[in-house]
Amino acid sequence: MSISLIATDAPPSVRPARRSRWRRLWRSGPGLAAGAFLLALTAATVCVRWVAPADPERQDLAAALAGPGAAHWLGTDRLGRDVLSRLLYGAQVTLVSVVEAVAVFVVLGVTLGVTAGHLGGWADRAISWLADLLLALPGIVMLLMVLAVFPGNTAATMVVLGVISAPMLLRVARGVTMSVKRELYVRAARLSGLGEARIMVRHVLPRLAGPILVQVSLFAATAVLVQGALSFLGLSAPETEGPSWGNMIAQAAQVTGEDLWLAVPTGAMLTLTVLALGVFGDAVRDVTAEHREPVARPRPARPHTAPAAPEEPAESPAPLLSVDGLTIEFSAPGGPVTVVRDVSFSVAAGECVGVIGESGSGKTMIARSLLGLLPAGGAVTAGAARFRPGAGPVLDLTRLDERGFGRVRGRRIALVSQEPGSGLDPAFRVGGQVAEVIRRHTPMSRRQAAREAVELLRTVRLTDPERVARRYPHELSGGMAQRVAIALALAGKPELLVADEPTTALDVTVQAEILDLLRDLRRRLGMAVILVTHDWGVLADICDRAVVVYAGEVVEQAGVEDLYADPRHPYTRALLEANPHLAVAGQDLPTIAGTVPSPGRWSPGCRFRPRCRFAADECAAGTIPLTGGSGDRVTRCIRAEEVAAL
Amino acid sequence: MLRAVLRWLASSVALLFVVTALSFVLVSLAPGDAATSILSSQSGSYTPEQYARTRELLGIDEPLYVRYWHWLGELFHGSLGRDLFSGQPVAEIVGDRLLPSLSVIVGTVLVSAVAGTWLGVAGARRRGPAGRLLDAVSLAGLAVPSFWLALLVVELFAVRLAWLPSGGYVDPGRDPAGWLRAIALPVLTLSAGSIAFVAKQTRDSMAAVLSQEFVTMLRARGLPLRSILYKHALRNAAIPVVTMLGLLFVNLLSGAVLIEGIFSVPGLGQQAVTATGGHNLPVITGVAFCFTVVVIIVNLLVDLAYRWLDPKVRAA
Repeated sequence: MSISLIATDAPPSVRPARRSRWRRLWRSGPGLAAGAFLLALTAATVCVRWVAPADPERQDLAAALAGPGAAHWLGTDRLGRDVLSRLLYGAQVTLVSVVEAVAVFVVLGVTLGVTAGHLGGWADRAISWLADLLLALPGIVMLLMVLAVFPGNTAATMVVLGVISAPMLLRVARGVTMSVKRELYVRAARLSGLGEARIMVRHVLPRLAGPILVQVSLFAATAVLVQGALSFLGLSAPETEGPSWGNMIAQAAQVTGEDLWLAVPTGAMLTLTVLALGVFGDAVRDVTAEHREPVARPRPARPHTAPAAPEEPAESPAPLLSVDGLTIEFSAPGGPVTVVRDVSFSVAAGECVGVIGESGSGKTMIARSLLGLLPAGGAVTAGAARFRPGAGPVLDLTRLDERGFGRVRGRRIALVSQEPGSGLDPAFRVGGQVAEVIRRHTPMSRRQAAREAVELLRTVRLTDPERVARRYPHELSGGMAQRVAIALALAGKPELLVADEPTTALDVTVQAEILDLLRDLRRRLGMAVILVTHDWGVLADICDRAVVVYAGEVVEQAGVEDLYADPRHPYTRALLEANPHLAVAGQDLPTIAGTVPSPGRWSPGCRFRPRCRFAADECAAGTIPLTGGSGDRVTRCIRAEEVAAL
Repeated sequence: MLRAVLRWLASSVALLFVVTALSFVLVSLAPGDAATSILSSQSGSYTPEQYARTRELLGIDEPLYVRYWHWLGELFHGSLGRDLFSGQPVAEIVGDRLLPSLSVIVGTVLVSAVAGTWLGVAGARRRGPAGRLLDAVSLAGLAVPSFWLALLVVELFAVRLAWLPSGGYVDPGRDPAGWLRAIALPVLTLSAGSIAFVAKQTRDSMAAVLSQEFVTMLRARGLPLRSILYKHALRNAAIPVVTMLGLLFVNLLSGAVLIEGIFSVPGLGQQAVTATGGHNLPVITGVAFCFTVVVIIVNLLVDLAYRWLDPKVRAA
């Protein structure tokens, strides 16, 4: 890029700089290399008198345009002057220019930015207006005009460059100041009588250090390029005042026909310097912005080979889906963390199975793994999920790759998510989005798909579906958006619908309508449903059976009515008691003390033990197995009989 | 809607005032004036009487604010004044030189938008070594000074290989192929950095969009990757990228000043450099005026693109 006045904004909300960040910067390879290069270059420039191998102006016409060699490491120019020495002396011009420009940039940018962010009100408006104006000025015209006033004056151009670029830093400084000001600890400090000046020094400035460094290194790169360009054009730092990188390239330009080499060292040096400033700035940004690197996926414990799973010995009609020993791990800095362990359940065609548990129990992970949509870093490491569609071979969902899932998602298994609004593409009209999915699964013309889309919107009981089809997602209410999301899930006529907390984000009245819709659709379309929820009311409303999960494990599985009437696991029992639908007016709603432990902090033995009122010493010993009861009931509790007897 | 248009008009006019007034003030601060430029180029030495007469002839003996007032009066009648030396109307000069400059700049913006977007999407998808390689290439592209790259490109493609002309400009109306060949090398040179710049912005923006919930839901509905990436994610990621394209355009106005000299493109940038040397106030102000108008138009286009890309802005 030629004269670039662009410095990309750093995210305005940057956490306080801590020592560990700088240690991380130290560890980032390229950032460290760039910093070292810049330091070495600065040192060599300052001590050029002692470092340079020769006098930069000493001519030796006999050795003109000599290539690199022992006498002249980087060769000589047209007058036989040593290129390396001239390069080092030329760096002085660059260094001084950068210092001048950066000084103006920082002083103006930080002062005005902090003032605007701190005072707010009219001061903020005035300063922001000034910044917008400065940004809108054509930079090169300003520089040329300044050069007309002060011919050949590098310092003047650098001051102007600093002024017209300052808005970049100003905006960042303003943003950081405003976010710091709003934070509780700063408000507390003010209330406790700490003066404004000390708040500035103690709280605001440390937070600014990182973003300033990012902006400064990017701006310094711009200054190096601008100075080089102006000097190349002969508008500043002319040849008569000694070597500069720009005028050295200009001289090399005159002899490219005879000797192309002469242009190489200076150009490379200029590029390297700009590159080092850019890399250093990026490294500082990554470190201060607490940039989260995606962790590598854990390697599955077994190879993903056969897409079709061996058929189980058939007893009764095989279920549509049988999940068997499903285990999900996430990679973490300290090694893989198991979030779901050995989960097994099955879903018959047309059946509705609820998966219930508190948030953090792993139920959403179970649901998403069935569609191969685990978040980055998560993977199924053991178990199988055999899916038997009406037509086609049996598929093990844990062994499918992206291609394999392409034939399953939307067409065989569909997903409805918790956040109806954020599940829709904000940039396209609702009708178009539905039509696209319809056409994906059933080939037809665009016009026909548009008609089908409206019909589908009618199916999910949206009033005036034609108008809804023309709307954008942000124009829909939560309930409408969830109906659209259900329509999108139905567009491929799936055999299994995975509904992940489909009503949690909705108002109570809308919840009932959506549940009613799901129940009706299930009956009419003969679709099986896996309903993930934490709400017993939702479960009782439409599910036949329920799987209760706690801390990544199945703790109980039974028909919904059995579960209500006769819970056998203490967790199920506690959950039921905490159910607001069963609350008695005038009495405190019972709650379960404590929270679900996060993965990796599960207690040995029974994972519910720390919160369980039936806990006994033997609950801590070893893994508690799932034990069967009458019918298809299973419970993971060694005192299940006693709990049931209560 | 009407209010938005009025606000846009008001800020545009204010900006034009500031830029042109600033150029008047700055040029008047410069040591020497157009009269000294003319006289010293003619004979070298001159008497104070000659100097005073030349100033009067040029109309630069009046106070600055009077001259600015006259200039505004002329602007109202659609004139940008006359070149102090040649007497040619500035509007004509600027008009002649605008097309060569815009050819190079628009060409570069188009090339970088297409190539940069493609690279950026590729980079957002691939993490690991391939992504890091893309990063490194982007950074190198941003760091290479265009005037140095121009030298190498001319030497390679124009001198050694003789594939393309080393510069000049051909009127596209007369010879479209010749026009393309003439702007090819300047566009190539300016694109190196611009592509890298657009690629970096696209990559960051795409990575942010790809981590959003609606992308997971598009996958859950079985849409093909091509549609998810290039239709849905890119459309959402394009909003910040469009701002950056606007900034890029404005920056290329500056870049063109350098590149036009090297490739001898008879554009506005070259005109600005010559006029600055000769204190040719009407031409300098004319160029500044023209640059500012281009900037205002580009910003307007960016705003319109926003409305098209982001339905929420459209509603507001």
